[in-house]
Amino acid sequence: MPEPQAAQAKPELEAVREEHPLMETVRMFAKNYSAVAGFSVLSVIVVVSLIGPLVYTTDPFEMVWAPFTHPGNEGFILGTDYLGRDLLAQIIHGGKATLAVGCAAALLSVFIGITIGALSGFYRGWVEEVLMRITEFFQVLPTLLFSMVIVALFGASLPVITFAIGIVSWTAVARITRAEFLRIRELEYVTASRSVGARNFYLMMQVILPNALPPIVVQATLMVGSAILFEAGLSFLGLSDPNVMSWGAIMGNNRQYILQESFTLMYPGLAIFITVLAISLVGDGLNDALNPKLRQR
Amino acid sequence: MMPDSILSVENLTVTFKTRFGLIPVIDDVSFGIVPGEILGIVGESGCGKTMTSLAIMRLMPEQGKVTGGTIRLAGEDLVLASEPRMRDIRGNEISMVFQEPMTSLNPVFSVGEQIAEVLIAHQGLSKREAKSQAVGLLEAVKIPLPARRVNDYPHQLSGGMRQRVMIAIALACKPKVLIADEPTTALDVTVQAHIFELLQELRDQTGTSIILITHDMASVAEMAERVMVMYAGRKVEEGPVREVLTNPLHPYTQGLIACVPHLTETITPERHDLLEIPGMVPPMRHFGRNECLFAPRCKFVEERCRNERPMDGERAANHLAACWVENPNAEKVFA
Repeated sequence: MPEPQAAQAKPELEAVREEHPLMETVRMFAKNYSAVAGFSVLSVIVVVSLIGPLVYTTDPFEMVWAPFTHPGNEGFILGTDYLGRDLLAQIIHGGKATLAVGCAAALLSVFIGITIGALSGFYRGWVEEVLMRITEFFQVLPTLLFSMVIVALFGASLPVITFAIGIVSWTAVARITRAEFLRIRELEYVTASRSVGARNFYLMMQVILPNALPPIVVQATLMVGSAILFEAGLSFLGLSDPNVMSWGAIMGNNRQYILQESFTLMYPGLAIFITVLAISLVGDGLNDALNPKLRQR
Repeated sequence: MMPDSILSVENLTVTFKTRFGLIPVIDDVSFGIVPGEILGIVGESGCGKTMTSLAIMRLMPEQGKVTGGTIRLAGEDLVLASEPRMRDIRGNEISMVFQEPMTSLNPVFSVGEQIAEVLIAHQGLSKREAKSQAVGLLEAVKIPLPARRVNDYPHQLSGGMRQRVMIAIALACKPKVLIADEPTTALDVTVQAHIFELLQELRDQTGTSIILITHDMASVAEMAERVMVMYAGRKVEEGPVREVLTNPLHPYTQGLIACVPHLTETITPERHDLLEIPGMVPPMRHFGRNECLFAPRCKFVEERCRNERPMDGERAANHLAACWVENPNAEKVFA
């Protein structure tokens, strides 16, 4: 870790100069071994998903051999699926779509959540009443069912699936953002900022939001994981974009053969499992690093 | 009020919506301040000192409302000013320094960015110009190595340094009036002296009027030229500092002065006991009653005090007091 060097570089003029809060967070994160492990695994997955398709060029949609060739046979490391398509190629090519849907859906729900949470926490009054009732409405909605309805209505394409996932999972972010805004809006630096003429928009975006960000970042990270699971769930039920390979889609395609040729579901399932686990570890590590109360543990 | 006041507050009444109904937390208060003057506002906690300053800035909590009177800044009534106009005034023509320097700076931005922000917002400077002016402002408030400190974050600075930064932000646009709300309460005594010195120096340089809000008569004696004493949302006494300190007319003022501990050169057996004012500030629901609200704590209380609110009366030149008792002899009771 780069810690000892940093400590040596410090003793300049001001002996007790504290480090930048961001650097402190990075250092706290680096101390947490499971978080670093999760981050490493996640980096490998991202790199393989981005660069893998250029290296392993077998078309994931191309029938290359007999169906259900077992792993290791005939030169197919992970075997072939029910149509005789290379499973390894499918997993390598499918990673991109899976991660993209996960990130985009998480981004969408963070965007909706922050907007609604910030407005209701900042303005209070009837704005808060209305927005929080809407949030509660989305909270009690059966999420999988609602997103299935959306996908069924608008067609199973990647953007629709992303939208369907994002629109059902923003409530947690909205509530966290609102809680943080309610806390921070009463702090003195907000009044101080008002006292030099800050506009409401400036107060929300530049004064309160940056200070409210840590728990939102943690929630957003964890949400990437749950969005990936959500996508897999939808795909497993057959609601996946037929033109795009994703891990969930592989499982959905081979669903009928789960008892006879379980490896066709096991490998994509394993990929999802490892990815979501890595994201959760990173999220937990971020939580510890960003939460000052847990810092001294 | 004096006609040449830069800021004149007349008959200001601020009411709060509480569960006891509408309570006047500021009750018919008038005062003015001329350019370059330092006015001290003194009183115990809950006397409406801070609310007065928030009313001037129009930054009161939601349950508060100005229900009467005017606040004129160079002739313009701030009570009637539009919200965009108020935003323009805040930080530009009136600014404020808060009590708690540890929490009144935004922790996620460097102090330079926070000073620059005011300049960008009010004077339309570019980012680079604002940043270089920020360095100059830090220098003006006597922060060592300003070119380096400008990139520091609030948590890297001590309390006194942060208060200096707050003063730099408040004075960035050369406001006509600076409201300092207990600017040194949270600081060490030595730092307190430095901050006062700085404020006086900056006043001399820029001609900014300062309203110094404090609960400490000693700070007023050191800093202000005129003092206004508040009690339970009302003005009880106002006058030149020297005059009020040597010849306090209101029993409450007398009590406040008697409360200040004195440093004696030698420790003698006959140490002066510190005097206290018996009782407490009345609960908020008593505010606004037509009586002297200090009566329950007052040694000179008369029948009249409990039935009728005393009005400001000029007892000497520019020296006002709101008390029914003609000349309560403080010496006998408080000293």
